[in-house]
Amino acid sequence: MVLEKVVEILRNYKDEQDLEVTMDSTFEELELDSLDTVELVMEIEEAFDTSIEMDGEIKTIGDVVTLIEKAIA
Amino acid sequence: MSFTIIGTGSALPKTIQTNEDLAQFLDTSHNWIVSRTGIEARHICVDESILDIALEASVNALENAQIKPAELDLIICPTLGGDTVTPSLACLIQEQLGATCPSFDLNAACSGFVYGLDVADAYFARNDDLKILVIAVDAMSKLVDWQDRGTAVLFGDGAGAAVLASGKSLKAIQLTAVGNQHALSIPWPKGNHPLTKLQTNPAPYLLMDGPEVYRFAVAAICSDLRSVAKAAGIELADIDYIIPHQANLRIIEGAAKRLKLPMDKFVLRVNGCGNTSAASIPLVLDELNRNKTFKPGTRIALTAFGGGLTTGACVIEWA
Repeated sequence: MVLEKVVEILRNYKDEQDLEVTMDSTFEELELDSLDTVELVMEIEEAFDTSIEMDGEIKTIGDVVTLIEKAIA
Repeated sequence: MSFTIIGTGSALPKTIQTNEDLAQFLDTSHNWIVSRTGIEARHICVDESILDIALEASVNALENAQIKPAELDLIICPTLGGDTVTPSLACLIQEQLGATCPSFDLNAACSGFVYGLDVADAYFARNDDLKILVIAVDAMSKLVDWQDRGTAVLFGDGAGAAVLASGKSLKAIQLTAVGNQHALSIPWPKGNHPLTKLQTNPAPYLLMDGPEVYRFAVAAICSDLRSVAKAAGIELADIDYIIPHQANLRIIEGAAKRLKLPMDKFVLRVNGCGNTSAASIPLVLDELNRNKTFKPGTRIALTAFGGGLTTGACVIEWA
């Protein structure tokens, strides 16, 4: 499942294994700025061996999950 | 036959601005800047013109190469621009040095030094009895908006030069360009004809899409290093020193991780100078040459990326 993998990558990135993350969590709430976001997106892309467009607004974890699901569908 | 680097030089303006200095007039902090960029301080042209630092680096390089300005056959100046649109900075350097050779500027933004080496390589293909000065200089402090904390903190001013003579040091070199105005641009003032006032005249300061540049830069370092090493017939592990364009520590860390290379293979000087654009690679090259880090046979890879978008990479075996 995409969300579970994304959450795992996120927890490793932040080095906080009990970090609460839902589809609605925003990068801002998770204290991730635009540089963190792009680093995370690149890690997630590599994990799923795909690439997503970052042109649109990526604000929540759900936004990334949706884009990944579309890319690998 | 291509070239060998027979001398290097560099110059930084005297005025140093630390992150704390910037926090006096920008809503930023030392910790914010360091954690996102690795930059702690940068040199800013206050008392010096762009020509002054370019000239200092050029003189140092010629002394290091033990040749006289009159012996130069060509001056290539990779730069976003000097103190004047014309004359070119290269022509003013030529005048001040007392050289008599053809001289021109070359704009490939932060990839400029590697672009300059590639152009020089072509001159050596035509005539291998040459001495060429590649003097890369940029004063980014004059091109960024000092009210924009997102970009102003990233850059610094500097100059770095190399003198090239006939030789076999260059093992492989490659350039790329993919035109893209959105990722990074610096608009130019468009004059004051009354009709042009009706059009948008953007402020002449650097605009950058940070995330897009980050993605481009990490991918560029990875693919350029792999392909230039292959062209040189060596493995990445065989390279002794990788000198990347010093834009941002996290870009270099991102690339090293993906290439599965240890960070100590990458020479890092972004902390003290920030991003000095075309000058960043030859500044590091000069330091390592002068402190005798390089021995005959030392393998060095240069990898650059910047506005354009341009990239350039090469493998050099020190002579």
